[in-house]
Amino acid sequence: MCLGVPGRVLAVAGDVAQVDFWGVTKQVRLDVIDAPVAPGDYVLNHVGFAIRRIPAEEIGETLALYDELLRRAGADDLMAADVRGELDATDRRRDG
Amino acid sequence: MDSALVQLKFRDPARAAALEHALVAQAKRIGRAPVSIMHVCGSHEQAIAKFGLRAAFPDELDVVMGPGCPVCVTDVPEVDEAVALALAGVRVATYGDMLRVPGTSRSLADARAAGAKVDVVYGVAQAAELARTLAEPLVFFASGFETTAVATAAVLLADPPPNLSILSAHKYIPPVMEIVAEMPGSKIEGFLAAGHAATITGWGVFERFVARHRVPVVVAGFEPLDILAGLVRLVELIADGDVRVENAYPRCVSRDGNREAQARLWRVFEPQGGRWRGIAHVPNGNLRLRDELAAFDARRRFADEIARGLAQLWDHAPPALVAQCQCGDIMAGIASPHDCALFGRECTPDAPVGACMVSTEGTCRIWHQYGGHPDLRQLRRRAS
Amino acid sequence: MRNARFVEDTITLKYGAGGSAMRALIEQVFAPGFGAVEGGIGLPEMDDGAALPLGDGRFLVITTDSHVVSPPFFPGGDIGRLAVCGTVNDLAMMGATEPLALTCAAILEDGLPRADLERIWASIRRACEEAGTTIVTGDTKVMRHGELDRIAIATTGVAIAPRIVSDRGLRPGDRVIVTGTVGDHGLAILATRGELALQTQLVSDVAPINGLVRAALAAGRDRVVAMKDPTRGGLASALHEMADKSGVGIVLDERAVPVRDEVRAAGELLGIDPLLVANEGKAVIGVRPDAADAVLAALRAHPLGGSAAIVGECIAERAGSVIVETGFGRRLLGEAEGELQPRIC
Repeated sequence: MCLGVPGRVLAVAGDVAQVDFWGVTKQVRLDVIDAPVAPGDYVLNHVGFAIRRIPAEEIGETLALYDELLRRAGADDLMAADVRGELDATDRRRDG
Repeated sequence: MDSALVQLKFRDPARAAALEHALVAQAKRIGRAPVSIMHVCGSHEQAIAKFGLRAAFPDELDVVMGPGCPVCVTDVPEVDEAVALALAGVRVATYGDMLRVPGTSRSLADARAAGAKVDVVYGVAQAAELARTLAEPLVFFASGFETTAVATAAVLLADPPPNLSILSAHKYIPPVMEIVAEMPGSKIEGFLAAGHAATITGWGVFERFVARHRVPVVVAGFEPLDILAGLVRLVELIADGDVRVENAYPRCVSRDGNREAQARLWRVFEPQGGRWRGIAHVPNGNLRLRDELAAFDARRRFADEIARGLAQLWDHAPPALVAQCQCGDIMAGIASPHDCALFGRECTPDAPVGACMVSTEGTCRIWHQYGGHPDLRQLRRRAS
Repeated sequence: MRNARFVEDTITLKYGAGGSAMRALIEQVFAPGFGAVEGGIGLPEMDDGAALPLGDGRFLVITTDSHVVSPPFFPGGDIGRLAVCGTVNDLAMMGATEPLALTCAAILEDGLPRADLERIWASIRRACEEAGTTIVTGDTKVMRHGELDRIAIATTGVAIAPRIVSDRGLRPGDRVIVTGTVGDHGLAILATRGELALQTQLVSDVAPINGLVRAALAAGRDRVVAMKDPTRGGLASALHEMADKSGVGIVLDERAVPVRDEVRAAGELLGIDPLLVANEGKAVIGVRPDAADAVLAALRAHPLGGSAAIVGECIAERAGSVIVETGFGRRLLGEAEGELQPRIC
């Protein structure tokens, strides 16, 4: 009944996973997840049940989606170009 | 990948600013105002309010919350059933949000103050655990949309304690979108669909809706970038006159959704028409326990107690304030909390008149918590 | 959103939670009949303490606090430490950083183990040492089993200060500094609730900050114009009060507010904003713009002020409101009316 929160799986014991949410650990049930879950995976948690395994590679896919939206919206927009430059710089700083 | 980094990517202020520019650019292409978009998820409204996104939306864009607060749309007779059970001496467990929602005249909190046994739990799993420690029956008043109903289903299919039963007030969102789209005078040009419900159902469930009502639907997540990107895509579709379903939350949502979860959901529940508070009849909008699970259905197990308890509720006159409550219109997205004379005055989170102010996902409660909906766009941005 | 509240017929938990309900109670029930202190600060001001002019330019500063925290022992501290620090810090918020002495009244429940009491008292002694003060008088009562939750402690502190700092001296342009991370104490306490089933490393920040404030006052002198400690009700409550009493608006840069990762994570999981949660080892300091950097540097040089940050600026518009720059947009800062209820996800 609230926002689903993503966390990282620390350990799996049968139908229950120990999940880390940035330093806070909680048990999460795996009854309804539709993919096998292993330590290191990210899962989306809702009222104590994991409802989705979030594949790491889809993070990149989402960012690509954002960038495509920006490209289409900002083709003639100088301001967007400035911000895009800033974005690239931020990405380089962070991933570097 | 570092978890902090993961989150950071979806809260990157530089990308957010760029998406906000994109939103302005796409809205300009439509060239008229207002452009009305509806979302149907309390968590979307909370994120929009918490991150102050409305202050960054273009003037032409009006993002309205529809009936997406599960507690708020739980109808008066359903609350009365729970209260009736409690007054008849049956122990009831409920979400904290539901405790103070008024029925015809009383809430579960009122029943508790009058001596009834009412427990606040964080979810169905905790209710089951509580039931295991008790000798007496425990009824879990189960509210929430399909995402939450999955949890209830999972518990019922995993060897539940025999003294546990469920009073289901679970609801199913796609049918209510149909109702809203069909409302006379509805000016909604696009829907932002709830990403976590879609994680379960898949985005395919919206294809029929889009074909019938000819408005685009974009499924969006809940991080600031997710919401902004979802809105950009939706406004772009409206500008293009393009009618389709799109998935702006691919890391969690697929076309078919989570089949495991769906299997459990539909093994335990079946859709039934019913009233939502303020919205009138929603065909297939309510989720009721199937006959095979009658043993866990509080409505069947405690039919007598419910009837007895309901009789006790009719001796109180409804409070005069309820007549002025605008929750129904607010939930349908045709009024805002500021249109209600009671908002912030007689109706506050601590002394709520209507469900929208009780639930943490209610429009009125969220607006009250985050300072209403003042126009903060004029305020000069602080030079960094 | 702040509306004038009237106190209902029955006192309930929210009236002790440090939010708007509690302020209404004090304004409408406690304060009437007690006038202002001439040339000083008294009950009507509802500041962190009172200041009585001594006639020679100095002030006698006095404050009192009671503690009923549950559980009495929590990660990072206990009710004893809280009782000492609460009072020492309130004195410091008035500008009195050298406490003369504390009193201590203890109400005990029949059945309380002596070992618990001794543990709490050892903690009180340690906290007094850290603060550079002592307990000089006290009182003891015992209540019947079941009539009190283990222990309640009330402390009073006195000090003499050459200059008083109120909580209402802000002007447009002033900077708002927070001396460290917020949300630590309240979320550490909440996380101990068994039914939430969370494992965390959350730790209360309870500590005496008179030394820290002394450093800030030495660096800023009379350019430090307002102080308040963000206890129950959190940073939100403190900012609202300061803004309201000073007649200014405050623009808060949410990204600048220091919050530990675990605290932020716990807040997201529980649906509770760290800005609304109690702190017991932090201060909010309002400084004239020309002294902000100096005060910040002095705080950061102190062992308890490593995370200090300038988090806001005062404006003339929207007096009494706190506007939050979220990094994605803007909103008004809400305030907890009563007890914070967690919603676990």
